[in-house]
Amino acid sequence: MKSPVFFLVWIVVAAIVFAFGLYLKNDYFFFAGYTVLQYVVLATGWNILGGYTGYVNFGSAAFFAMGAYASVVMHKVAPLPVPLLIIIGGIVSGLVGLGMGYLTLRLRGAFFAIATLALAVVLQTLIVNWDFVGGSRGAYIIRPNTLDIAGLQIPYIEYLFALMLILAVCALTVARIVERSRLGFGFATIRDDEVAAEACGVPTLRLKLMATTLSGALMGMAGAPFPYYIGYLQPSSAFGLEYAVNSIAMPMIGGTTSWVGPLIGAIVLGTLQQVATVTISSAVNLLIVGLLLTGFVIIAPNGILGLIHKFRGQSDADKVGRRVIRETP
Amino acid sequence: MMTAASLAQSPASSSLLEVEGVGKRFGGFIALDGINLSVAPGERVGLIGPNGSGKSTLVNCICGTLHNETGTVRFDGHSLNKLESHERTYRGIARSFQLPRPFVTMSVADNLRVPLLYAVHTRRGRHLTIEEADARCIELANSVGLGAKINKSPKDLTQIEMRKLELARAMAADPKLLIADESMAGLSDSEVGEIVEMLIKLNESGITIIMIEHIMRAVMTFSQRLVVLVSGKKIADGKPDDVIRNPEVERAYLGQ
Repeated sequence: MKSPVFFLVWIVVAAIVFAFGLYLKNDYFFFAGYTVLQYVVLATGWNILGGYTGYVNFGSAAFFAMGAYASVVMHKVAPLPVPLLIIIGGIVSGLVGLGMGYLTLRLRGAFFAIATLALAVVLQTLIVNWDFVGGSRGAYIIRPNTLDIAGLQIPYIEYLFALMLILAVCALTVARIVERSRLGFGFATIRDDEVAAEACGVPTLRLKLMATTLSGALMGMAGAPFPYYIGYLQPSSAFGLEYAVNSIAMPMIGGTTSWVGPLIGAIVLGTLQQVATVTISSAVNLLIVGLLLTGFVIIAPNGILGLIHKFRGQSDADKVGRRVIRETP
Repeated sequence: MMTAASLAQSPASSSLLEVEGVGKRFGGFIALDGINLSVAPGERVGLIGPNGSGKSTLVNCICGTLHNETGTVRFDGHSLNKLESHERTYRGIARSFQLPRPFVTMSVADNLRVPLLYAVHTRRGRHLTIEEADARCIELANSVGLGAKINKSPKDLTQIEMRKLELARAMAADPKLLIADESMAGLSDSEVGEIVEMLIKLNESGITIIMIEHIMRAVMTFSQRLVVLVSGKKIADGKPDDVIRNPEVERAYLGQ
């Protein structure tokens, strides 16, 4: 399927989801659905660096928070429509990603992961001490209850939900394009063996920077509308542990080698968490994630996708979805 | 920077690779101590030396995996000193690794596709079409006898097939100079013969080859010239038969 077709198909799917929400006439659907979609974007963004190039980023919350705080700053300086804030959030977090890439160029494996964790702590400390955005007290974003679009009064949560739907479709399309392109091929060589990749002519440093930037930008975009969703943003919620953990757990549980994995992981885990919040307690969320992640790492290290491939009896080479030469040489 | 003196020493026309006074330390350990080596186009050079003599370090300095601290590596008349490994691949230096390093999540064909998509693409400034790339992958795989395994994962390959993949992948970058770093370690006698034959055939197609090897039978069959490194110094360089009779080489290999 060509990318524009893919995009249109998913926009149609998104429209159906939205229509279903309207049919339900239940605000909670939009409220919970927004969170799930936010995780789809976050997990997809994380996976571009973590899944495709194999650099595990523990600092996702920082990218998410940078997107959210960019919106807070803009709200105070010059209020803009949320779609523009998403773009600004993407640029800010993309730059943070680029900076992180430069700072951690020579780090691999656990050392890279620790550095990203440190970056999150540093950024959180900066935000906590920055009075303009409310410091540790947090910042209130007063948003209207409804939004006037072409004379129609649309509930704001529906508007945010629709934006997140479109953003999720964009993120999935980008991830799929990257995965199937020459760039994605290069990312996969970095994941497998960086020295060998260089010897094959892959400019690994440049590719890594592209991955950190793109991944950061998508995670920032996921965070940009968040202040408008939550109404009150404080550092401890924007830099929350659940973002860091979920954005790793969702692709890992879904499968990291393809754009489908984070989507599956985010929908399964995100929905499960929303259901658990309502039926059991909100505190049980991370417990669920932890248990599932542990289970998957032990039983199905390649995630749900890996299980599907195994069930179908596909080989390792097929699993990455690369080009298979059909004619017998 | 090229000074008049260095220009005079290295007539770019006659040698493909020019290593001048290359030195490299790891902490206090001197791995390479002012190595000079010049390789002419089309030559088959064997590089030998005991373990730890600096062979792999020299290869890494030529390929850009490591950067030399002193001296210059010149290729095709241009200094490579400031170039990263991938840029050297574009210029025409390819290598195979001592321990095979295939991309394990990719098929054999896709392993061969990587240099086509990057090194060859960058050199030509355009994409190979999918058909061109497929055809080249098949051609490369067939040339090393991996045609039947083209869609397999490298994990399904035997030791010698892995070595062949390593060579085929290096060849996919269309190199002028191929450096084969211990391509035969751990192989049986007949397999060694097979790889040597393959390397000689490649050389006859116009590719300059430097072979690093411990298996003396392979080295003697293959090399037109033999270079010996001991403790980071070059102690001999010349016709293989003369070099192995060199008393200094005998001492290095057999002891006093």
